[in-house]
Amino acid sequence: MTGPLLEFRNVVKRFGGVTALDDFSMTLDQSEILGLIGPNGSGKTTSFNVLTGIYGPTGGQVFFEGQEITGADPRAVYEAGIVRTFQRSRLCLPLSIYDNIMIGDTSRLVRGLWSNLISRRGLQEQLDMTRRQARDLVATFSGHLADRMDQPVGTLPMIERRRIEICRALISGPRLLLLDEPSAGMTHDETHQLMDDILDVRARGEGLSIIIVEHEMGVIERITDRCIVLSYGRKIAEGTYAEVAADSEVQNAYLGAD
Amino acid sequence: MTDISLPQSQLSRPWISAAAVIVAAGLYSWALLMAEETWQVLSLLVLAVVATGVAIKTGFVRRVERDWAASETRLNRLAFAVLIGLILVLSGSHFALLMISTVLLYFVASLGLNIQFGFTGLVNFAGAAFFGAGAYTAAVLGNVAEIPPLLILLAGGIVAMAISLPLLIPIVRTTGHYAAVVTIAFGVLFRTFLEVNEILGGPQGLMVNSMKLFGWDFFNAPSLGNLEISFYVNYALLAAGLAALVFVLFRRLERSWIGLHMDAVRLDETAAACFGISVKRTKILAFLLGNVILGVSGALYGMMISFIAPASFTFSDSLLLVSIVLLGGLGSPWGGAIAAAIVVLLPEKLQLLQEYRFLLFSILVMLVLLFRPEGILPRHLRNFFPNRRTDA
Ligand SMILES: Nc1ncnc2c1ncn2[C@@H]1O[C@H](COP(=O)(O)OP(=O)(O)OP(=O)(O)O)[C@@H](O)[C@H]1O
Ligand SMILES: [Mg+2]
Repeated sequence: MTGPLLEFRNVVKRFGGVTALDDFSMTLDQSEILGLIGPNGSGKTTSFNVLTGIYGPTGGQVFFEGQEITGADPRAVYEAGIVRTFQRSRLCLPLSIYDNIMIGDTSRLVRGLWSNLISRRGLQEQLDMTRRQARDLVATFSGHLADRMDQPVGTLPMIERRRIEICRALISGPRLLLLDEPSAGMTHDETHQLMDDILDVRARGEGLSIIIVEHEMGVIERITDRCIVLSYGRKIAEGTYAEVAADSEVQNAYLGAD
Repeated sequence: MTDISLPQSQLSRPWISAAAVIVAAGLYSWALLMAEETWQVLSLLVLAVVATGVAIKTGFVRRVERDWAASETRLNRLAFAVLIGLILVLSGSHFALLMISTVLLYFVASLGLNIQFGFTGLVNFAGAAFFGAGAYTAAVLGNVAEIPPLLILLAGGIVAMAISLPLLIPIVRTTGHYAAVVTIAFGVLFRTFLEVNEILGGPQGLMVNSMKLFGWDFFNAPSLGNLEISFYVNYALLAAGLAALVFVLFRRLERSWIGLHMDAVRLDETAAACFGISVKRTKILAFLLGNVILGVSGALYGMMISFIAPASFTFSDSLLLVSIVLLGGLGSPWGGAIAAAIVVLLPEKLQLLQEYRFLLFSILVMLVLLFRPEGILPRHLRNFFPNRRTDA
């Protein structure tokens, strides 16, 4: 396919008087890793929320693989192959690691009451397969948890929960992964390990694209192909990490906000 | 939910302690149902409390739970056999059988409510209305000789579901307490409708014809030599069968994609939607399925007590159903069974409490929520593969 995988065209999102996204345009190519950076409150999470259908945009358009998905509901966005993690982790805490990750991959599975309750042969096979996938992912991201898959997620420390969230996002074999501060709370080494694991899973599939929001600039520098800098909902710079880091407007935005 | 994935029990018969508990529960139920004097009932209650306390302190409860996880099917069958045994042993006593059947039907109703509330997080304060809709359906259709009574049970479920359809609007469109308030209004409306409706007998209510199965009228007492057998034995056995059937379906629902979707919707709607789960569809399914189960249990209840009136299906009765679910533990079927027994038997056995029963339950619910917020028998983690020891 030619053309960008994802395109934001003049997207505006207002919350009452706050303009969280202000005429935001951008594109993302097939298999690209894009860093989305900017000071607190600059609209990074909002752009994910608009893209995944949690909020409808106030104006503008969003395209994915050439199709307009502006204002599509979250399910349709998921079905198009876009998955995400949440800045403030959103797992089902009382449920097991298995259950939480399997939630990421149920939509293509048997749905009818009959096949779920009465004739359950297909269901058993799918369960076995999905559980194996879940376990393999956990083995990659958090090896020591692979033997504790029946543990409730609520008993895990925050950084493990973030890894489980990434597994949940990856299990369906998505086209585009949105990561919202995946390494918050992790040490430098843990953060780099996490990025290695993500790249590792990506290398196994065919060209997963990623947009990553991250405050740890070392990570952004290392893994992104390109960066976009937001400030007060506006795109103020775009280019490789080295280019945007050298941009004086970017330096001002960070200094001004912090 | 409690984590029970402890190291596998090393015993050669890892179900033995759970089996002992089931048999003990059967004997205890028999003793409680036979007890007539207040002091007997009170001593039995004290015994139960002390035994439970000791079992928790000594870690016996954990062991039983582990056994249960490892040999579930076998233990469920044993529990059913003990229940049938209890019914047969008590087959001479009208009162005991009526109590058992009532507990079983309230238990079935609570499973319906649990699909809504425990799994999906939909609060339904009109449970008694749907239960009552089933009973009234049985009363009306029972007069038509051509309809096979088993079909009447199903019809009770369908009518209950049908009258709940308008409630889907607030349930799907709103989140939180608004829908709960609408169900309260609905329950009150339902009762008022029955009271002013002359065809349905107004405040005096209606007679309900008894159940007939394969030509056998449940009003007849089966005769076995010169044993005195109560006709309620028919209902107790049928209620036990219904309870087992709904229990199995409930478990299968929990251990299916649909059950997982229900949990996901209850715990985080937005995240669920971001992973392709249809929040709307899941809520609709849970609400309707729950009401079908409420209606079916109500239909059989109506046939059994043979006379129904609007006063039997009030807001207080809805609260009673909700309190069974809360006391037992959200999403916990066995907890619901124990709670149903407590809620039904306690006021019947302790006549002096009759008048204060709602007060009693309020206090009980508050105590449980304070000291054991997950209920008497908290729900376990989903075990997709009961009876399977290892995960390949
Ligand atoms: N649901 C909402 N209601 C009202 N205002 C909101 C909402 N969500 C975001 N905002 C506002 O929109 C602006 C952008 O917020 P957003 O969360 O997108 O920032 P961010 O770049 O992700 O910041 P951070 O680095 O702190 O996560 C902020 O001013 C925020 O207060
Ligand atoms: Mg953010």
